[in-house]
Amino acid sequence: MNLPDIEQITQDLAEQVTELMNERQLDDPLLVGIRTGGVWVAERLNDTLKCTDDVASLDISFYRDDFTRHGLHPKVQGSELPDSIEDRHIILIDDVIMSGRTIRAAMNELFDYGRPASITLVCLLDIGRRELPIQPDLCGATLALNDGQLVKLTGPRPLVLTLA
Amino acid sequence: MTDPNTVQLTEDGRLKHFLTTEGLSRELLTEILDTADSFISTQERAVKTVPLLRGKTVVNLFFENSTRTRSTFELAAKRLSADILNLDIARSATSKGETLMDTLWNLEAMYSDMFVVRHSDSGAAHFIAEQVTPNVAIINAGDGRHAHPTQAMLDMLTIRRHKGDIEGKIVAIVGDILHSRVARSQIHALRTLGAAEVRVIGPGTLLPSDIESMGAVPYYDMRAGLADCDVVIMLRLQKERMQNALLPSEGEFFKLYGLTKEKLAFAKPDAIVMHPGPINRGVEIESAVADGDQSVILNQVSYGIAVRMAVMAMAMSGQQTPVNSEEPA
Repeated sequence: MNLPDIEQITQDLAEQVTELMNERQLDDPLLVGIRTGGVWVAERLNDTLKCTDDVASLDISFYRDDFTRHGLHPKVQGSELPDSIEDRHIILIDDVIMSGRTIRAAMNELFDYGRPASITLVCLLDIGRRELPIQPDLCGATLALNDGQLVKLTGPRPLVLTLA
Repeated sequence: MTDPNTVQLTEDGRLKHFLTTEGLSRELLTEILDTADSFISTQERAVKTVPLLRGKTVVNLFFENSTRTRSTFELAAKRLSADILNLDIARSATSKGETLMDTLWNLEAMYSDMFVVRHSDSGAAHFIAEQVTPNVAIINAGDGRHAHPTQAMLDMLTIRRHKGDIEGKIVAIVGDILHSRVARSQIHALRTLGAAEVRVIGPGTLLPSDIESMGAVPYYDMRAGLADCDVVIMLRLQKERMQNALLPSEGEFFKLYGLTKEKLAFAKPDAIVMHPGPINRGVEIESAVADGDQSVILNQVSYGIAVRMAVMAMAMSGQQTPVNSEEPA
């Protein structure tokens, strides 16, 4: 199957995020990327958005719901967020959304840092197969994969998408 | 006794119990430190707990008294959202004649998931790890003279955070090395993590005869031993040793091996001073040093919680099926 041009959809996504920020009046938002791919995408979006804060990163290893099945991820890198996210507009960014479990874990973690004013979800790719009622506000592209097929993003620069 | 690493590691080399630092790979020790680093940051938040061990039951099984170690394990378990039961075995069942294994079987029947064990017999944690049913993790919180691996790892984390790296550093451990499980675990970890030189400083009666085979260099003169050190680790002088005629007197010990400003000046100017606590002021360390700029003794306590969270999470993780988290979710 033909994979989309990641550079192009990242560019387009940045423009869509700018429009959404204006529309929803998300002043001075904080970009939070989910490690590892989401941080790369967030950095790329920030090339266009130029937010005041650096891109924050969220490591959800301690919040995964599959710990009892899979154990701890061997390479925990930790989260790096500003001292306070209280009353901030957060744009939560991930590379690929599938079941929605990562996003649930990420939101649980964010609330342990404080009470944000809002969270907007932006994903580069949606490959379907949702298991939770979580949908991105913006998504770069939707991919219909065959059973058992997955995609893998490598980065940070350039961002390259491969089938796994 | 079987090789501890066949007991404490899974077939694919992950931690499932934590019994000793001896023989563990540099990669695994580094993974413990990296994970602990992440837990330091979660503890700086308003909400200090993470949900990782929610629903798990941890039992603090202390056959020997300890306040600090037990309470930091308790806090670590709580900050991982586990339920914790503190059993002061020294004053309970065993004193009524129940055997160690009967105590364990009873605790297993309560669906415990992890035992944190301190015992005065060397090898106690290892023995328990071999006897418990699968899926119960054992963490060694000190066994006899043998090992105190979480203390050693929190010391490694302290060195890494204050000196950048352990690789290439000269580290001196001062005091009663002979009876110290902390020193043994430290020496193994320091050697594996690439310390340039590990020195042990103390009177001949308190240095083990086989210390050089462990990769440490003995010094009987403190000033010579401290020369050019990056890290000075003081050990607590156990007062009962005095009664065994291994030492002349507290005063004499302090004169020869107590850490004073004057002796510390022989180490590098930016050397850090560590102590596993509790400290005996005026016996192994003077207050001016314990409370001075180079002391990181209280930082060690904070890092201790993070390291214990890391090994508890990793060992509990090793009791699960192998990791496969490449797929996006």
